Amino acid sequence: MNHPQEATEFLKDAANAKWHDDTLWFVRDKRDKVSKSVPEWEKLRNLASDIKDNVLANLETYLVEFEKNAKANNIHVHWAKDAAEHNQIVLGILNEHRCKAIVKSKSILTEECHLNPFLEKNGVEVVDTDLGERIVQFLNQPPSHIVLPAIHLKKMAISDIFHEKLQTEKGNDDPYYLTQAARKHLREKFLAAKVAITGVNFGVAETGEFVVCTNEGNADMGVHLADVHIACMGIEKIIPKREHLGVFLRLLARSATGQSITNYNSHFRSPSPGKEIHIVLVDNGRTEQLAREKFRNSLKCIRCGACMNTCPIYRRSGGFSYGSTVPGPIGSILSPGIDLQKHSSLPFASTLCGSCSDVCPVKINIHEQLYEWRQEITKAQGTNAKSISMSIANGIFAVPFAYKLSASMMRGALKILPESITYSGLNTWGKQRDLPELPKETFKDWYKKNRK
Amino acid sequence: MNSREHILSKIKAIPRDEKPLPKIPDFSFEGDLAEKFTQSIQFNKGEIVGAGDLAGIIAQNKFKKILSLVSSFEALANTELPADSHQLKDLDLAIIEGQFGVAENAAIWLTDENMGLRALPFITEHLVIVLKKNSLVTNMHEAYKKISLAHSGFGLFIAGPSKTADIEQSLVIGAHGAKSLRVVLM
Ligand code: SF4
Repeated sequence: MNHPQEATEFLKDAANAKWHDDTLWFVRDKRDKVSKSVPEWEKLRNLASDIKDNVLANLETYLVEFEKNAKANNIHVHWAKDAAEHNQIVLGILNEHRCKAIVKSKSILTEECHLNPFLEKNGVEVVDTDLGERIVQFLNQPPSHIVLPAIHLKKMAISDIFHEKLQTEKGNDDPYYLTQAARKHLREKFLAAKVAITGVNFGVAETGEFVVCTNEGNADMGVHLADVHIACMGIEKIIPKREHLGVFLRLLARSATGQSITNYNSHFRSPSPGKEIHIVLVDNGRTEQLAREKFRNSLKCIRCGACMNTCPIYRRSGGFSYGSTVPGPIGSILSPGIDLQKHSSLPFASTLCGSCSDVCPVKINIHEQLYEWRQEITKAQGTNAKSISMSIANGIFAVPFAYKLSASMMRGALKILPESITYSGLNTWGKQRDLPELPKETFKDWYKKNRK
Repeated sequence: MNSREHILSKIKAIPRDEKPLPKIPDFSFEGDLAEKFTQSIQFNKGEIVGAGDLAGIIAQNKFKKILSLVSSFEALANTELPADSHQLKDLDLAIIEGQFGVAENAAIWLTDENMGLRALPFITEHLVIVLKKNSLVTNMHEAYKKISLAHSGFGLFIAGPSKTADIEQSLVIGAHGAKSLRVVLM
């Protein structure tokens, strides 16, 4: 996977790239407005960050407490060390219930585990029920954003695929009309499903309950009509106490979409009479990330997507250019931990402007970790001149090349870099912008001269 | 070693510093909570209506199948809670009672007793929640204080009608759940 090359593809359609950029900025702007209406916003971010620090310091204790309380509430608890085991557990439950068709609400974890293709291979029909996810599923695409899965698509593209799959009127791209068509289609699926799968936003150790947040109500439509609810949860999603939900629910939707809260915030504590709830606790690389001290607090992420909406690179390169389940700034610090080779270009897909860290509701130092990953990758690849130039030739070290040179060298370099480098895949996301006018002297030089 | 032991022992082996759990300060505020709640629910595309308006709303929208779990509104209802949720699929309107509301975001707390069947507030085409004015709290911290550790198999903070913006960020009300939320503040 190579971010610069993928970004080139995305930027070929300049009008679309501009639209994508503007659309995400609109979401970022809503987040700014609503967060400013909460006087204690910064205090809430500190609290959320501190709570998550405490979670990571005591993760094993909270997991055991969560398991104990969930079991006492008649919830079945399963543990999966990796994606393969997670998928097997889910399939096992489906087989036990002779279930061949399921409905699933948004779960980034199941994307990460590639659950859909696994189940389909085993003869299970999987219907994603979040509208955006259903759209990309029809198109055989992964989500391009963790909160807004179809944000890369224009409504006419959605109209076309709905015409093909749901027999809507050709050319009718009215969002209300299309949404109602999906509502009708998915109602049938909800009413027919025996098993429903959801993700988990928060698992509460103190009570053994877990919380799922949606705006569409699709998670609840699925689970309350089905006999069996399977909830897939990364082990880092645990929080100690119920009262901590107050902090996180105040931050999550405001950061994600600029709403004061998601419309449905469902607390599952025990199954309805005659029904079953299963929870699958999944590691899949999280314990390795926990062991990397510098990258540990990337596990605080509550998947709000704010860092994506604000990122100048994400907005101008699209979710698919990252080639990882979680794209954007947070994806660029999580993915190298899973496969360094495959994702080595991601920590360089950043200007290090720090806007991601500024908006993050749990105060992850995202841009600093991006910088740390660059160090790790550079170390792993060798730092002698020859390997750098080879890396450049291979298109791996697009931006780091710039960062590795001292400021004054870079000033020279920017001037003399031939078009073939500045406008090659090496610096793709910079393509849409002119090279900055270079100051004649650096600030340091200026300061020295003018100090007196 | 099974996966549970494997994961737990891997975590235990990682040296970490102790990090204390913070105390949540009091963020409650002074002011007219009903007014704040009203603003919040409008922001979420919900609506406040008077108790006396319901009959008119039902007639105007030609709601046919109506269920009420609130005794004072039973006169408006014409169907009972079925045994199986699937039988709710053609329900036009459900009238239920909320336990309390949160002024900062119009979230209303419901548990199993308020819903009868967990699918009810989602599967109904339209939803009315009856709420006591004096039940309002300022923010989510107060809300969780009020719930405390009370046990409910299923609890829900509902704050508006079902909605989506998945098609080009255009807001559409009525995705999979109820197409409207009207709140009667008593
Ligand atoms: S890293 Fe922070 S801003 Fe980005 S998705 Fe996670 S919580 Fe949200």
